[in-house]
Amino acid sequence: MQVAVKIENIRKTYGDIVALKDISLRINEGEIFGIIGPDGSGKTSLFRILATLLLADSGTVSLLGLDVVKDYKALRKMLGYMPGRFSLYQDLTVEENINLFASLFGTTVAAQYDIIKDIYSQIEPFKDRRAGKLSGGMKQKLALSCVLVHKPRILLLDEPTTGVDPISRKEFWGILKRLKAWNITIVVSTPYMDEAMQCDRVALIQDGNIMSVDTPDNIVNEFPARLYAVKTSNKHTILTDLRDFEYTGSAFAFGDHIHFTDVRTEFTNDELKAYLEEKGHTDIDISETTATIEDCFIELMRKKI
Amino acid sequence: MNRFIAFVKKEFLHILRDKQTLLIMFGLPVVQVVLFGFAITTEIKDASISILDLSRDHVTRKISNKILSTGYFKLDTYLDHEGEIEQAFKEGKVKEVIVFGRNFATEFESGNARVQLIVDATDPNTGTTLINYTSAIILDFIRGEYPEAGMFRPVALETRMWYNPELKSVYYFIPGVITIILMIVSTMLTSISLTREKELGTMEVLLASPMKPAQVIIAKVVPYMILSFINAVIILIMGKTIFGLPLEGSLALLLGETLLFILVALSLGVLISTHAATQQVALMISLFALMLPTILLSGFIFPVENMPLILQLIANVIPAKWFVIILKDIMLKGSDITDIWKETLVLVLFCLVFIAASVKNYKVRLE
Repeated sequence: MQVAVKIENIRKTYGDIVALKDISLRINEGEIFGIIGPDGSGKTSLFRILATLLLADSGTVSLLGLDVVKDYKALRKMLGYMPGRFSLYQDLTVEENINLFASLFGTTVAAQYDIIKDIYSQIEPFKDRRAGKLSGGMKQKLALSCVLVHKPRILLLDEPTTGVDPISRKEFWGILKRLKAWNITIVVSTPYMDEAMQCDRVALIQDGNIMSVDTPDNIVNEFPARLYAVKTSNKHTILTDLRDFEYTGSAFAFGDHIHFTDVRTEFTNDELKAYLEEKGHTDIDISETTATIEDCFIELMRKKI
Repeated sequence: MNRFIAFVKKEFLHILRDKQTLLIMFGLPVVQVVLFGFAITTEIKDASISILDLSRDHVTRKISNKILSTGYFKLDTYLDHEGEIEQAFKEGKVKEVIVFGRNFATEFESGNARVQLIVDATDPNTGTTLINYTSAIILDFIRGEYPEAGMFRPVALETRMWYNPELKSVYYFIPGVITIILMIVSTMLTSISLTREKELGTMEVLLASPMKPAQVIIAKVVPYMILSFINAVIILIMGKTIFGLPLEGSLALLLGETLLFILVALSLGVLISTHAATQQVALMISLFALMLPTILLSGFIFPVENMPLILQLIANVIPAKWFVIILKDIMLKGSDITDIWKETLVLVLFCLVFIAASVKNYKVRLE
């Protein structure tokens, strides 16, 4: 498989703050690669470096064999970069926006209609509406249409689903998957852990470090312990009670359950149940569950500390 | 090229859809011209005066009639004796008292006639103007009566008013208004429109596109250049039709110089936007760092020659100062390019410096 993005020892600092700590990463051509991490983990800095908009302090980055510093002019023709903030002209209509972006890249909507059709046809009925008056989901679709309109080789999407409703988010990922047919490499970041499963491979990033790079399945399968979902009638004290338990590896709130791991390999539900009953909990429900990316993320963070 | 045209079109749409920008661009010039033309005026019309005629002969009557028939003055009362002069001023009824000496007609023949002009100088500008008007009229009368009596001077004051013999203040204001408007529209609106792209994050997308920085800037500037030029023409037409502003020099030269000044203002706007991160900052810099010095030091309202030396020196780096000189020279004196090439060269230099600084400051990447 061809490498589309090659990141070697990238370091970026803002004064005393280190945003990226000597990151290295390879992204293959045609894959959907997720950069998963919380706010402030360095995702946006990484994207701006990839988009040729920011210079790293040290290290090299090449996309499609072109250096982001030296060959930025050539690269800008091949990249489709969508920043985290909604970056379209709010006072222009849907149609005016997309026509403008087509012109910026020296093409026309008509010439590229095949690639944007899937997405643009959904917002085309509103083509005379001002972009500022669109819903969050439609804005995202318009923004994606605008970065796609010049058939980029690599799409850089920085948090495209932040602030978008769950249904639109799901639709959006469906669109991205269909874009694979065009052999476009898609690098996408998200703070939503559940979206990681939609990617071919992901990098988990925290405090400017990449903690793990793998397929989402592998990351999940490599969860080092057995994971239990615990639920009782007393939602307020369960977390602290579990953390006080002698053999607790980790305990985190996850939806309306607590995800719990035990430091021992031998573990019976009954022992924990007895402990919780002693603490006054009733309706105790303990069941083994499969780890999610979020569990893995927390586990990786915990290990680091 | 298509890319460029599309961008210019987009910029026009921004302007046309933003009511505030439109209002600033086309409302402001009209309001300013009317305001400066009619309201803020230093010219004299129907000024109340009193006359103390100690001679009451045919000559003083003729002079009085001549003064009162000009429309500049309105007679309040004839005074009877000198003691009433102070009273008239204190009551605030009159701005000027004209005193004709005794035996005026006889003394007039022998060349010893005396006229005293007393003005209320609490407003020194008006006072000076009144003196100038009155003495001009009297001198005119003498010249009419005794064309041959060249040395005859009943009032030891000779005031000659070149270029604006009627002291029409609107003639001075219109060039100033054009300058200010061009400064506001060109500098402020361009700097704001460029920083707006930064603030909204669209600059990030533009930077990441193959569009060259120079193309972005020029495409941004072109609509403002066209609209500023239209504005300048509107103000000139208003000046001509409403206020009868003269244009002694060549129209082509005037428009050419105007375009040059627009370029100076636009490049200054671009320069500001390369420094300002937000629209607010751009607005502040344009307004306070530029508008006030432009209004105060350009010679638009206050003559630069009367300022302290330090301010005169500072005024030299205000582009508007040079443009006001150019405008007045072309419009009122009928100067051609050989008279104003120095001022023109200064503007060209300003323009080049601003453009060079902008290009140097413009980043092809984010900070």
